[in-house]
Amino acid sequence: MQTGTDTVKKGFASMQKGGVIMDVTSAEQAKMAEAAGAIAVMVLERVPADIRAAGGIARMADPARIKAVMAAVTIPVMAKARIGHFAEAQVLQNIGVDMVDESEVLSVADEERHIDKRAFTVPFVCGARNLGEALRRINEGAAMIRTKGEPGTGDVCQAVRHLRIMNREIAELVKMYPTLIAKKAEELRVPIELVEKVRELGRLPVVNFAAGGIATPSDASMLMQLGADGVFVGSGIFKSNIPESYAKAIVEATNQFDQPDVIARVSENLGEPMKGMERPDVRMQERGN
Amino acid sequence: MNIAILGLQGAVTEHISATRRAMEKLGLKGDVTWAKSRSDIKESDGVILPGGESTTISRLIEKNGLKEALMEKPIFGTCAGMILLAKQGDDQVAQTGQTLLGRMDIQVNRNAFGRQRESFQSDITFEPDAPAFLREKPFAGVFIRAPCIETTWGDVRILARLDGRIIAAEQGNCIATAFHPELTDDTRVHEYFLQKVAKRL
Repeated sequence: MQTGTDTVKKGFASMQKGGVIMDVTSAEQAKMAEAAGAIAVMVLERVPADIRAAGGIARMADPARIKAVMAAVTIPVMAKARIGHFAEAQVLQNIGVDMVDESEVLSVADEERHIDKRAFTVPFVCGARNLGEALRRINEGAAMIRTKGEPGTGDVCQAVRHLRIMNREIAELVKMYPTLIAKKAEELRVPIELVEKVRELGRLPVVNFAAGGIATPSDASMLMQLGADGVFVGSGIFKSNIPESYAKAIVEATNQFDQPDVIARVSENLGEPMKGMERPDVRMQERGN
Repeated sequence: MNIAILGLQGAVTEHISATRRAMEKLGLKGDVTWAKSRSDIKESDGVILPGGESTTISRLIEKNGLKEALMEKPIFGTCAGMILLAKQGDDQVAQTGQTLLGRMDIQVNRNAFGRQRESFQSDITFEPDAPAFLREKPFAGVFIRAPCIETTWGDVRILARLDGRIIAAEQGNCIATAFHPELTDDTRVHEYFLQKVAKRL
């Protein structure tokens, strides 16, 4: 019997597909997310919009808070560690969270290197703005990628931008002349086998969610139509006027993303979405590349 | 033959590709579809309920009014799909208030093997009275936050156990596994399901 294998880690990510992973800060919020149909919850001290407002250094959540959420819900529980902060990740693995997010939403702990994720039995999800970032994270052992947006802004633009970049780069790679692959792998700073795998599959070799700035059912539908395997919603739910309605509506929109009549129905009378901001001072997406 | 993979949430593409490979091995002609609507299910000859989160999938089955259509078809359920096939759940299932299809006389224990930390791979040996081709070599079992079957009644046949726990069973035209054959190259359980479906055609 083997635990923490690559198959088991990537398999966990596969089970999340088509789902919505919601940021929560308490057991009550987690229960609400579960009741709304969230596939998993992500525990933080503050949602990204509040991290922006609070300023200062953002760190891993209090283990007691994470444990309270784990006790309250039956769906998977994830938590964030700072980029490169392997000790925070060790703590999260020790508590028993189902997945660690090495996240740009928190402050950066190591400017030179990310966590060596192969050294862990817990699976990791990491953010990426382009194919190079994604493949470097996968090469470090990430079992799942989420295309970065600009967290806590309620502005979907950056998530769209990065998903389109990723799609374009993969399409170019698939068409690329074989003799150029070695150079491309060198440029992306990853083994050639990984680049060949992307060419063969025509997509990333792990599950890829969209994240950052998703605030409405239509946002979720758009990113799913652009090829995301599912969505993370951070501030978009608990910073809206009626979180419960938004949570349910975004779950349904993610699921029926290609049905405009469904998106129309679930978008009716939702109340105010999160307020959002167009040009934030702090660009979290630039952390960790 | 038309096999519908219930595509509301979870590991759908993995099942599509495993089912296609199984069809090819058996020399069966047919389609494998990503099913989301009532008509997708009604038009199929058999349905696969993939792994994912049973709470989420069961909510979406209700929301989309698919339950009735699912009551009439041969079904193969993996992991979350096995939970949905059961007549009875455990305290966790009760806590989340999910509705089960109740197609098999089994009681399931959700997350019987623990959280992701406890997720594992292990070789499985099928029971002596299981079909011979399932027994000819061990099956690579992939268990992810896996459930198990606590008890069975009626004419349920137990297909496999692991450390005394029931991890696969069949009843009539339904098959349930706690593990994920779709995450491996071994298509034997899929083939067994397709054979069941083919018998009805």
